[in-house]
Amino acid sequence: MCGIVGLFLKDTSLEPQLGDMLTDMLITMTDRGPDSAGIAIYGEETTGNAKLTVQSDTPDVDLDKLDNDLRKRIKGKVSMAIKDTHAVLSIQADQVAAAREILGEIRPGVRVMSHGSTLEIYKEVGLPKNVADRFDIRKMSGTHGIGHTRMATESAVTTMGAHPFNTGIDQCLVHNGSLSNHNSLRRKLRRLGVHIETENDTEVGAAYLTWKMQTGATLGEALTSSLDDLDGFFTFVVGTKDGFGVVRDPIACKPAVMAETDQYVAFGSEYRALVNLPGIETAKVWEPEPATVYFWSHNAAPTAQEKAA
Amino acid sequence: MQTFDLEAEGLRALNSTLHAQAANTNQTHWEIVNPKGSHAIAVGLDAPIEVNIKGSTGYYCAGMNKQATVHVHGSVGPGTAENMMSGMVVVEGDASQYAGATGHGGTLVIKGNASSRCGISMKGIDIIVHGNIGHMSAFMAQSGNLVVCGDAGEALGDSLYEARLFVRGSVKSLGADCIEKEMRPEHIALLEELLERGGCDAKASEFKRYGSARQLYNFNIDNAY
Repeated sequence: MCGIVGLFLKDTSLEPQLGDMLTDMLITMTDRGPDSAGIAIYGEETTGNAKLTVQSDTPDVDLDKLDNDLRKRIKGKVSMAIKDTHAVLSIQADQVAAAREILGEIRPGVRVMSHGSTLEIYKEVGLPKNVADRFDIRKMSGTHGIGHTRMATESAVTTMGAHPFNTGIDQCLVHNGSLSNHNSLRRKLRRLGVHIETENDTEVGAAYLTWKMQTGATLGEALTSSLDDLDGFFTFVVGTKDGFGVVRDPIACKPAVMAETDQYVAFGSEYRALVNLPGIETAKVWEPEPATVYFWSHNAAPTAQEKAA
Repeated sequence: MQTFDLEAEGLRALNSTLHAQAANTNQTHWEIVNPKGSHAIAVGLDAPIEVNIKGSTGYYCAGMNKQATVHVHGSVGPGTAENMMSGMVVVEGDASQYAGATGHGGTLVIKGNASSRCGISMKGIDIIVHGNIGHMSAFMAQSGNLVVCGDAGEALGDSLYEARLFVRGSVKSLGADCIEKEMRPEHIALLEELLERGGCDAKASEFKRYGSARQLYNFNIDNAY
C-alpha cells in the first residue's frame, strides 16, 4: 500500500500555495505510507539553466562547498541552495552531463534525485509530515507537483527506495502497487546498458519508461506499452514539465480518485486527500478508468489518451 | 433528529453511539456531518434506524449493515455495504470498487456509477445501479440480483453461480460461464419490483438477463489448461 497525491494548477493565483496544499494532501495519506515520503515540485525556470537536485546521507561533509568545488571543475556558473540532506544545484543546461560526471568523482556519496529545468525532487525516510517539514515544502510555489507516501513491499526502506523517481529531464514517476516481473525486467534493462541502482520495483518501472523514451517513444506511448510489459499492480502518476499523467493497470485494484475544477486538477489515492481543496464540494470527481492513459497539460486542453506528451 | 459531527467527535464515538441504538430506540434519525472521506463510517449497524451522511465517504461505508437505512449524500470509496445482511444503503453519487461485495441480503442502491468488481461474490443482496458498472462485476456471485441501468464493463458475471444479472445497456464482455438468458414473465415481475425499490426511471422490458450456464459446477477436463 502507498499513497499518491498530485495537484496541477490551472489558476496561476494558487501557485504560491502549491507546496502548502500538496503538503496537506500528503500528510492525509500518512496511513497509506508512513515509512518514507517524497515530493516533486515544478517551480520556476531560469533560461539556459538546469537544476540538479542532489542528496547525501552525510550532507555536512558532502554538500560543504560543493558549489565552489564544482564551479572550479566545470568552469561555469554554479549556485546551490541546501535544504537538509538535499541541495539544488543550478548550472548551465549544456554543462549538466559534465557536472554529473564530475560529481561522481569529487563527491561519490552524492546521489542525483532529479534533473530538470523546473523539477525538484525531495525524498527521505520518515513520516510524511517530518519529511515535508525538513524540506520546507509548504513554502514552495510552483505550477504542479506530485507527492508519495511509501509503505514498502518490494524492497528496503531507504532514501533511494522512496518515490518520486526521475525518469528523464523534468519527468518523474510515483507508483502505488507492486510489480511482479521487476527482477527479470531489471536483468533485461541492465543487459541493454540501463543503469539501475537498487532492488526496488518502481525504480525498474521508471528505468523502463526512461529506456522506452530514449529509444523513441513519447511518454504517452511508453505508458501505453507499460500496460503490456509490466506485470503486477500499479497506479502510476507521472510528472512532466507541462503537467501530469495517470495510468492504472487493467485490474485496477490500487485506488485512484481525480477531481477537477476551473482552478485545478487533483489526484488522490483516496478522496480524503482532496477534501480540503477549494471548491471540492462542486468539483467533478471521478475514478480514472483501468488501462487508460490520461494527461493534463498546460499546453493543451485536458484530454484523455493524449499520445504526444 | 440527532446530528453527529464526525470531524469533531471522531469515528469510534460515532460507531459506538450508533451500535448502542436498540430495536426500540427513540433516536431513529441520525445525520452525520463532515464525513470528509473517512473510512468505516456507520459499519456494523443493527437497529432499524436511518442514518444520513452529508458528504462523501472512504473505504467500507455501511459494511455489515443489518436493519438500518444508510443514505450517503455524496460518493463512496471501496467496499461500500460489504457483507450487508439486511436493511438498505443508498448512494447518491458514485461508488468505488467492490460495492456490495459478499452481501447476504438487503438492498444497495447506487444512483451514479459503480466501478470494478461491483457485487463480487454476492450471496443474496440486491444491488441496483442507475449508471454503469466496471469490470469483473458479479464475479462468483452466488445469489441475489444485480440491476444495471447503464452499461457493464469487461468479464461480467465470471464464474457465476445463481445470481441474476439485469443490464439495460451494453455489456463489454461476459466472463467465463456467464450467458444471456431469456426474460420470462417472472423475471419481468421481479425486475419491475427491483426498479421501483431502486427509484429507477426505466422499463423492465428494456433489460437483458444474464446468468450462469452452469458448466463450471462440476469438474470438466475440457476446462483444464
